Amino acid sequence: MSATLGETVKDFHESRERGASLPMLRIDPLLLLATIGLIACSVYVVGSATHDDIAGDPHYYLVRQAAYGAAGIILMFALARIDYSRLREWRFGVYGAMIALILVVLAIGTAAKGSQRWIPLPFFNLQPSELGKLLLVVALAAFMVERIRKLSEVETTSRILLLAIVPAMLVIAQPDLGSGLVYMAIAVAILFVAGTKWTHFVVLGALATGAIAIVLVGAPAVGVQVLKPYQVDRLTAFVHPTDDPRKQGYQLKQSIVGIGAGQKTGRGADGATQTKLNFIPEHHTDFIFSVVGEEFGFAGAALILALYALLIWRALRILTMAKNLYGALIAGGIVAMLAFQVFVNVGMTIGIMPITGVPLPLMSYGGSSVIVTFMAIGLLQSVHAQARTASAAKGRDLIA
Amino acid sequence: MMYRENDRPMSPQLALRVAIIGGVTLVMFGVIFFRLWYLQVLSGDKYLAEANNNRVRDIVVQAPRGQIVDRNGRVLVENRSGYAVKVSPAKLPKDPAERRTLFDNLARVLGEKPRSLLHDVNKQFKAVPFQSATVKNDVSQPMYAYILEHQESFPGVSVEQVFFRSYPHKEIGAHLFGTVGPVTADQLKQKRYRGVNMNDRVGQSGIESEYDRYLRGVDGADRVQVDAMGSLRGELTKRAPKSGRQLRLTIDYNVQKVGQDAMAGRRGAFVAMDIHSGEVRALGSEPSFDPNLFAKTIKQSDYDRLTSASNGAPLTNRAIAGAYPTGSTFKPITSVAALESGVIGTDTPYTDTGSFSLGGGLTLHNAGNASYGTLAIRRALQVSSDVFFYHLGFELNSAGDGQQLQKWAHLLGIGRNTGIDLPGEAPGILPSRKYIDHQYALHNKNPKLSLIDRPWSVGDNVNTAIGQGYLQANPLQLAVAYATIANGGRVVRPHIGLRVEDAAGRAIQELRFSARRHVSIKSQFRQVILGGLFDAAEMPSGTSYPVFGADKKFPIKVAGKTGTAQRNGQNDQSWYVVLAPYPNPRYVIAVTVENGGFGVEAAAPVAKKIIGALFNVKVKQATPLSTSGINLHG
Repeated sequence: MSATLGETVKDFHESRERGASLPMLRIDPLLLLATIGLIACSVYVVGSATHDDIAGDPHYYLVRQAAYGAAGIILMFALARIDYSRLREWRFGVYGAMIALILVVLAIGTAAKGSQRWIPLPFFNLQPSELGKLLLVVALAAFMVERIRKLSEVETTSRILLLAIVPAMLVIAQPDLGSGLVYMAIAVAILFVAGTKWTHFVVLGALATGAIAIVLVGAPAVGVQVLKPYQVDRLTAFVHPTDDPRKQGYQLKQSIVGIGAGQKTGRGADGATQTKLNFIPEHHTDFIFSVVGEEFGFAGAALILALYALLIWRALRILTMAKNLYGALIAGGIVAMLAFQVFVNVGMTIGIMPITGVPLPLMSYGGSSVIVTFMAIGLLQSVHAQARTASAAKGRDLIA
Repeated sequence: MMYRENDRPMSPQLALRVAIIGGVTLVMFGVIFFRLWYLQVLSGDKYLAEANNNRVRDIVVQAPRGQIVDRNGRVLVENRSGYAVKVSPAKLPKDPAERRTLFDNLARVLGEKPRSLLHDVNKQFKAVPFQSATVKNDVSQPMYAYILEHQESFPGVSVEQVFFRSYPHKEIGAHLFGTVGPVTADQLKQKRYRGVNMNDRVGQSGIESEYDRYLRGVDGADRVQVDAMGSLRGELTKRAPKSGRQLRLTIDYNVQKVGQDAMAGRRGAFVAMDIHSGEVRALGSEPSFDPNLFAKTIKQSDYDRLTSASNGAPLTNRAIAGAYPTGSTFKPITSVAALESGVIGTDTPYTDTGSFSLGGGLTLHNAGNASYGTLAIRRALQVSSDVFFYHLGFELNSAGDGQQLQKWAHLLGIGRNTGIDLPGEAPGILPSRKYIDHQYALHNKNPKLSLIDRPWSVGDNVNTAIGQGYLQANPLQLAVAYATIANGGRVVRPHIGLRVEDAAGRAIQELRFSARRHVSIKSQFRQVILGGLFDAAEMPSGTSYPVFGADKKFPIKVAGKTGTAQRNGQNDQSWYVVLAPYPNPRYVIAVTVENGGFGVEAAAPVAKKIIGALFNVKVKQATPLSTSGINLHG
């Protein structure tokens, strides 16, 4: 990383010498605005939702989320300054590191005789499945670029999918079904942006439908449980919310009640009883959007969604202006990663998506998710900055 | 579709695909916005109500019922607080298997059989749907602590503080109080139970029921906030319960206890009543029972024991529901009828030869074949001449419509309810021509319907005149009849409710009971009858002289009548009805003892003890009574 930083600094000096605009100005300011806005909202909402959760330490989660945000912002700016194109050469390393980290956490989980999704580190617990999302984008985009000339071959599509299915299966085994699905979404997005033939997607869609049918209906019918019963419960709970506190549908029901009770302008942090009295489960992580809905109503929820819309719009724009295919594929993967998580998470809290345990990027409390999301946006900014630098150079060449 | 690696990738194909991604994203945002609009703006009110319903729990704080005290303020019925385990149907697991597990666990904790528990609860759910059902009343402290600590394994189960009635004097006065129980669905529809909520406990019998609207309080409510685990997170509002009013009875505990102690081990009943107001000072029935058995749900075995005839059916209140021949205690009523209908005058002599010829070869005798020579009514009452009253019965059968005895007896309250403020009164039987003929007609239709196998005859009137035959009455009826004769003709309504008070004993409302009717009896007739009763108690050869007149240390002069009634298949029914003090009586005391033998031996001494308690004088009874020279059967 230090080498890369050195490059950036050199690049910075070169551009100063060339009299070009500051690299700071080459990042996308609207993307930055959406990012900072979301993390600011997150710190506020996490703080208010968890005010009473830890006796004697009302700011426990607030302080930590703010720290993760700060660390994430630093990493974001750092990544914005590097030329992402160099990551392509490290694709095997990146992919290998991802698989290794996931295996480490699997081993830890097995040793702990239960499910553990993180590796304990001095300041926070690293969740490899979160970091894996970004590593997969970087590696998969690179592998895609390698095979861009054989794009129409079935083998290319198969390879890319296989490269995603391996880590996806490993994280689903943790068990972290949500992250596994995110990996698949990333793979599909990269194939899509690269220009894979429509017929491949049609076959893919049919295969996916068949797989889901086998996992949820076919396999249990012959006595094979691919998913654990609680996972099946969670996946199907959104079809039947319930008042029974011991059922998965109960969380969902309470989340919907909380959001609905927020009405147009919300009940305020003190009046949000669904949150304060723990009726909404996991109110600082997976169900943070329910808290937004209850505390700030439709207005608050719309503001958050608007920030996400802004973020996705800017990311798509960056995709279109990337200076090379690798940048476009990275941007496409990151768009998929962010948008998929936003829709699945928000959809879950309002009862139109299954409960899969996907965090709301930048909003949900959690060091791994926040920092990885910032790094992803840092990469987007890098694609943006590189594109602007390239076109500025081209323009200057034209003028010269 | 082909790119070179470092080409700027924007191409029509890519533009299309980005547009597709953007479109999908837009659709997703649209779906989310509409869903949020639906949830928050269109259905917001509903979810807000649900959210509040989630967190708010109303805990009913039961209001204690008012105490019941005797006329001197002595507590007869009080409250004891305890805990009841309840289940609310809405919060129980829906799944039958889970529900069964819950009840299995509950039964284990409470030490009950799961099946009977479930059966019990389902019965309550069926009776009153959507309301919580009581699983067990009065659980012990460890039981309720266990359930509260393991609340999460007992969804839908709650423990509430409830009050139970407590009767510190056990058997004493047991028949007066009645029971308290959960309000029924039918009662809730009635006006008098307005303000009562489902599951509240109200008086279900006795004065608990009669005076329920005073005794029951207004429940309070604690509105609290709970979190998702159901733990308390603060109080929202609080409405303190208002305890019920105290009810003061006309009963004097001391008199009641003396009466019941004097009757202990026997079967019978007694009443002591103020002849002017109808205030009942004591009213007891033996054998008695411990009403604490009814404070909780009574066991079937206990209930069977309390109602079985072989145990003397302790639950029956013989003082108001007994049905006994009265024997000679009926003679003053016959006297009123004879005098008022002009069959005899106060001094009309009649010669008691010791036997009375009814005609048709039927001759009746005085008990013990005594004969009392020529006498008028006062003397006839003193010695209890049966022949004299046979004669009156015979004459009354042909005076006027031939039913003058029945007319006056009915006016004095025989064969009808007294209207006392206690449930379960039995009117008894006053044999009249109409009654006998009706029963005979029934018998002719089907012998199982009635045992009376012959039409009315003069013999029925002759028998009724001395309180035999088909006549059946209870002590309270006789007390009211004697009170009417003594007080100048006012048929009082006997009652045990005296006053409604606040918890500190300050009067709020006097309970009023006006006389039921007036019976016009000439003063000289009343005087001669009372004189006869005085002579019977206080003059040598009077039937109760050995108990009263012979006891020179007993300072209260009385006018009383013994009765020794023959009962089919049983030993004689012993009676005594007495007015005290003479000549201006204030109380009437009526005592009857089943299988008691002679009136003077069994019933009169009990009455004497009650009088002693009423006037606060010591009663020492000479034993054995010297009963020579008196008519024991009278």
